[in-house]
Amino acid sequence: MDQTFLMVAFWAVFKALVILFGSVVIAAFLSFVERRLLALWQDRHGPNRAGPFGLLQLPADMIKMFFKEDWTPPFVDVLTFWIAPGIAMAGLLIAFIVVPVAPDWVVADLDIGLLFFFAMAGLAVYAVMFAGWSSNNKYALLGGVRSTAQTVSYEVFMGLSLMGIVMVTGSFNMTDIVNAQKDCWFVFPQFLGFITFAIAGVAVAHRSPFDLPEAEQELAAGFHTEYSGMKWGMFFVGEYVGVLLVSALLTVLFFGGWLPPFQWFVFDYIPPFFWFAAKTCFFIMLFILIRAALPRPRYDQIMDFGWKICLPITLVNLVGTAAVVLLLHNPA
Amino acid sequence: MGTALAFYLASAIAVIASARVITSANPVHALLYLVVSLLAVAMIFFSLGAPFAAALEMIVYAGAIMVLFVFVVMMLNLGSAVIEQEKQWLSPRAWAGPAILSLMLLVELFRSIGMESDHMVNTATIGPKAVGVSLFGPYVLAVELASMLLLSAMVAAWHLGRPNDHKE
Repeated sequence: MDQTFLMVAFWAVFKALVILFGSVVIAAFLSFVERRLLALWQDRHGPNRAGPFGLLQLPADMIKMFFKEDWTPPFVDVLTFWIAPGIAMAGLLIAFIVVPVAPDWVVADLDIGLLFFFAMAGLAVYAVMFAGWSSNNKYALLGGVRSTAQTVSYEVFMGLSLMGIVMVTGSFNMTDIVNAQKDCWFVFPQFLGFITFAIAGVAVAHRSPFDLPEAEQELAAGFHTEYSGMKWGMFFVGEYVGVLLVSALLTVLFFGGWLPPFQWFVFDYIPPFFWFAAKTCFFIMLFILIRAALPRPRYDQIMDFGWKICLPITLVNLVGTAAVVLLLHNPA
Repeated sequence: MGTALAFYLASAIAVIASARVITSANPVHALLYLVVSLLAVAMIFFSLGAPFAAALEMIVYAGAIMVLFVFVVMMLNLGSAVIEQEKQWLSPRAWAGPAILSLMLLVELFRSIGMESDHMVNTATIGPKAVGVSLFGPYVLAVELASMLLLSAMVAAWHLGRPNDHKE
């Protein structure tokens, strides 16, 4: 073991830990940000009592959650009841290892980066399924069934919506995808892909207006009706991890990641991470605004919208992109 | 060294999880172990230098097909009666015969691998591009046939699922 190898290994572990803790802390903090922003847009105050601007609301909530009784009801299936919150939090959090937050700041620069995200998003659905089934309760089961059907439907075109980007870049690697956007962000040539991926992302993170698995008015709290204390907290933070991940992916895949909007000499002095963070914040705000503005559609409308509108759009986008790529590469 | 360790660890997990799929009486627990087993197989692919196959194994099998399996079991919501029934079916009389026969196959497999011990596993990494080139090169006929099969399955599913409107 020579010195340089140890330094490289230490540096890699350090970066991974920074990204891990950063994403968890930001995801938890989003609960406060969301409540304040919703209050602002709906002309109320929101949580503003604990600390300056209510900033201590998050620590207060955390203390409450840690010391609340974590009750496992006697009628549940214990194995799946305990595994579900872990999957909810870990599933999408692990997907962060392929997100490049700045040049050289990515935990694992996998050649199959994008596919790894799809795999993790596919596994995350087990959290809601197991929570819904193990709770042994009609509301929870209905939430689990809804969530499964919704996620499976929306994952189909989520994958297809990004294949245009893969075709243009010629790689699944996230760093390659960012570097391919030096001249033009993918949001312009791949606008249909952007729209459909944004919709699918919200649906997979089951955020409002796609929060049917936990529709309060109809299903009590849906799949997490029986959860309390820290286990409920993990579902709660897991949802914000999803919002953060989808925002970060929209930034990386369609808005040039850490690249500045255009070349200007002043921008050379701004660190690349700033651009990534600013764009990600924009999308997080957008998701919160969508929640504040849109009502929840009916369940069959959501399924129809996914299969009959979004899937054909992504297929058209895919075929169109393929034709353009073929024309540009083989001038016959 | 690291690859070999990952391979043997993932293989051990796959074998144990598969055994639990059979011995677990609760259908949802059995499916949970099957998901773990599929993830371990994906890890085996990864350690053998096939990251694309590993990703597809996770997306298609663990992320889509098993989700539908769990979905159906959830909808049926089989109660404790089924668990009792499963426990009765798992008597030694039921599994002893197949177990002895597959043990013989296992011995045969060990012997045939042992004879060709100079044939090492090739661990060159095969990227997504190489898989795509061979799928749409030498194997294009198989891809087209599979796509036709899937299309016919989709038409059949639509036919079965369409609303009942027999009045002309």
